[in-house]
Amino acid sequence: MTNLIVEISKYLMTLLFACYTYECFSAFRGKLSEEKKNRIFKRQMVLMYLIHLDAYLAIFAVTDDILMILFYVFQVIFVAVTISCYQMLYKGASRLLVNNMCMLLLIGFIMLTRLSFDKAVKQFLIALAAMIVTLMIPFLIRKVHFVRKLTWLYAVIGICGLAAVAILGATSYGAKLSIAVGGISVQLSEFIKIIFVFFVACMLYERTDFKQVCIATVIAAIHVLILVLSKDLGGALIFFVTYLIMLYVATRKLFYLAGGVLAGSIAAAVAYQLFAHVRVRVLAWSDPLSVIDNEGYQICQSLFAIGTGGWFGMGLYQGMPEKIPVVEQDFIFSAISEELGGIFALCLLMVCVSCYLMFLNVAMQMKEQFYKLVALGLGTVYGFQVFLMIGGVTKFIPSTGVTLPLVSYGGSSLLATMVVFAIVQGMYILRQDEGNINEAKRTKQRKTRFDEEIEELS
Amino acid sequence: MRSYLDNTEKVKKGKKNKEFTVVTYSFLAAFLCLMGYFVYFQYGESEQFINNPYNKRQELFTRSVIRGDIYSADGVTLAQSVVDEDGNETRLYPYGRIFAHVVGYSTHGRSGIEEMANFSLLRSNIFYMEKAVNQIQGEKSPGDSVTTTLDYDLQLRAFDALGTYDGAVVVMEPETGKILAMVSKPDFDPNYLSEDWEGMVSEDSDSSALLNRATQGLYPPGSTFKIFTTLAYIQQNQDYNEYVYQCNGKYTLDNKTIHCHKNKSHGTENLKDSFAHSCNSSYASLGMTLDIEQFKKMCDGLLFNTALPTTFESSQSSFVLSTEDSASTIMETAIGQGKTLVTPFHMALITCAIANDGVLMRPYVIDHTTDAEGNMVEQYTPKAYGTLIAEEDTAILQEYMRAVVEEGTATKLLSDSYEVYGKTGSAEFSSSSNASHSWFVGYAHQEGKKDIAVAIIVEDSGIGSEYAVPIAKEIFEEYYIEKE
Repeated sequence: MTNLIVEISKYLMTLLFACYTYECFSAFRGKLSEEKKNRIFKRQMVLMYLIHLDAYLAIFAVTDDILMILFYVFQVIFVAVTISCYQMLYKGASRLLVNNMCMLLLIGFIMLTRLSFDKAVKQFLIALAAMIVTLMIPFLIRKVHFVRKLTWLYAVIGICGLAAVAILGATSYGAKLSIAVGGISVQLSEFIKIIFVFFVACMLYERTDFKQVCIATVIAAIHVLILVLSKDLGGALIFFVTYLIMLYVATRKLFYLAGGVLAGSIAAAVAYQLFAHVRVRVLAWSDPLSVIDNEGYQICQSLFAIGTGGWFGMGLYQGMPEKIPVVEQDFIFSAISEELGGIFALCLLMVCVSCYLMFLNVAMQMKEQFYKLVALGLGTVYGFQVFLMIGGVTKFIPSTGVTLPLVSYGGSSLLATMVVFAIVQGMYILRQDEGNINEAKRTKQRKTRFDEEIEELS
Repeated sequence: MRSYLDNTEKVKKGKKNKEFTVVTYSFLAAFLCLMGYFVYFQYGESEQFINNPYNKRQELFTRSVIRGDIYSADGVTLAQSVVDEDGNETRLYPYGRIFAHVVGYSTHGRSGIEEMANFSLLRSNIFYMEKAVNQIQGEKSPGDSVTTTLDYDLQLRAFDALGTYDGAVVVMEPETGKILAMVSKPDFDPNYLSEDWEGMVSEDSDSSALLNRATQGLYPPGSTFKIFTTLAYIQQNQDYNEYVYQCNGKYTLDNKTIHCHKNKSHGTENLKDSFAHSCNSSYASLGMTLDIEQFKKMCDGLLFNTALPTTFESSQSSFVLSTEDSASTIMETAIGQGKTLVTPFHMALITCAIANDGVLMRPYVIDHTTDAEGNMVEQYTPKAYGTLIAEEDTAILQEYMRAVVEEGTATKLLSDSYEVYGKTGSAEFSSSSNASHSWFVGYAHQEGKKDIAVAIIVEDSGIGSEYAVPIAKEIFEEYYIEKE
């Protein structure tokens, strides 16, 4: 009987999540009326609840633990309250972003429950706290305008924070990532990513002359350098790419982007020659089976998991995801692919992509350059991190040890990502308000170029 | 998404957002590549990982799949799973010892074909719905079956011909790379592996019955190595045809004397005669004229000091010689003694390459896999590994190897119905006794049938022409005459 439930739930979950993913992109179509869109989001919500129910039925069938049901109920309440809060407090909020955020959180809860119930509960509590905190952020975005004046405060906090981690931080898997604050281990760089985006936006939203660019570049380079010294390669890459993209868009000079890419390539080559841990990662990427006993162990286990799981997965509790070291954090995607299947994993990636598109869409729709840059920066941080994580565990690119936002275990990453979503949400609402004012003046509804292109794509 | 802009604003905004569009599309392209790679990995590359012996997840399949059968090329069952009323699965090997090493075992770890085809055997390719229904009902689905390239009759004949001797026999098809037979002795009965396990792996057991000598046994090549020395000489001397040596039964240099077999003096001989008679004195003298570095490079190109292109567990043959080595070492190496070690499988591959005009086909033993209803799942096709020897050089080696049979040490293999080409060898493996391993490597040709190549070693027996050659004859007779 257990077998039956796990098997059926596996296929059903794949089907439901595929539908959910389809709705993510169908929401991007241009000519949808408000009513149609709302229907899409409602369908998404229903699908989300069904996927969640389906997964927890399987979990309960296997564990036969009443705690699981209790935990399930709490999660349902959490999601229901979150969604209705946004609907009540913020009329103009992007329901796609809210849905996606909840969906990704739930997938994280499901997988973490399967891997380690304690960690799942911890993750849930942090999510709960983070939700309460971040619910205010969209409101603040509308009211607080001095955020664009704090340029140097951001720079100081960023550099000091990263330096503190580099000096005082605890070493895990060869890299210094976290610092203990009042007994809790905090990954400061997760929050500094956001502060860094604000810093760059402050620097470049008014002036983009050569001198200004030079100053910004020096400060950004210090950030990246400290991260390299802490051996946090993933973090360094995210900061670097985010800065380059923001610089390129702000200055509108392809020259800067090309120069940055060139400099980055040279730096990567130097790092390869200089640091053994960089060479190890590259070797483990190019031929993991040849170093399976040492450097390649983790990535091989990850590929075993993804490969053995196949398209439909082994079913919850039917695989061996615990064979992958730090599976809850850096390799959660592999565990999902193993037990819920390759199709499910691909859909998960597409849901992340739809979030990224939403971020960039907000960036394009905003009128003020400052907001445009912030949305772009946060979108880049998010999108690039998703790319690094999934590319790394599937051996598409060398593994850099970053987490999958909202899905991976880890309080700092979770809170920081929810802050990012809330900030973007706030800007979306701002734009929506502007839009409503404009709408009164217009009789015709039109699309932007970007919307047309998205439509062609889908 | 709608926008609420009129045309002029739209143009302005579109221009303003050009960089955003560039960034978005670049990221989208990267994500699409990632998705494409993921699909490619699942379809193409994942099998290599799933099939890896480190992948403990293979064991998970045994919960839902009954291990498939293994057949010989002519349809004889070599391994099957029997399920009793209680659902207990037992692995049965109807021909026990005869196929022990090549088919291998799947309890106490895995070896042989059981190991390399583990994933296929534990994968069920029956109709998806049926499999899902089985899974839901908690019943196991039948795994795919593996049909090998092994020839039942040849294997049986090789097994019998080796008799009570320890040693190994490899039979291959040079044109395709198919492995037709692979025997290793001492052997074991895979049906009673659990009962015999302790005795076989205990430290005081010196028979090492589990070792597949065909691919893992390292032996001095003896005179079969003269194939390599000859090739080196031909490559280094365009006038090899004018080579002359006056043999008086021994050759001495720097206080080291190399003897011909039974000190027999072979008289005046050219290179071909030296090869046919396996004249040690001539080869010791010839070896001293070789450019050692080139010799070493040539041997490295002929699969020495490298992993053999096979998924069988195999040892690396070793050839070490440098310009600093003494004359005695160089002379010994030239006649196949010295520090050189080879596996029988390696010698079979070189023989295959010579028979196939220099091109080595990738050796394989799994011909195809089928699902429980007999539908083809995967068919393996012959693939070239590469050109090991230039075609004109192979022609010379072929001529010389034919001379060994026509007038040299393997005249026992003269037959009216097929032509044999080969080289015998007697490898001394101990300095204290006169005992030697008996070698034969060679191939046979008959119009209208495919060539077959053999590599045979009979441990601790005597000279090649007396022990290994008769086994080769039995195999050739079986394949070209009795199988008709």
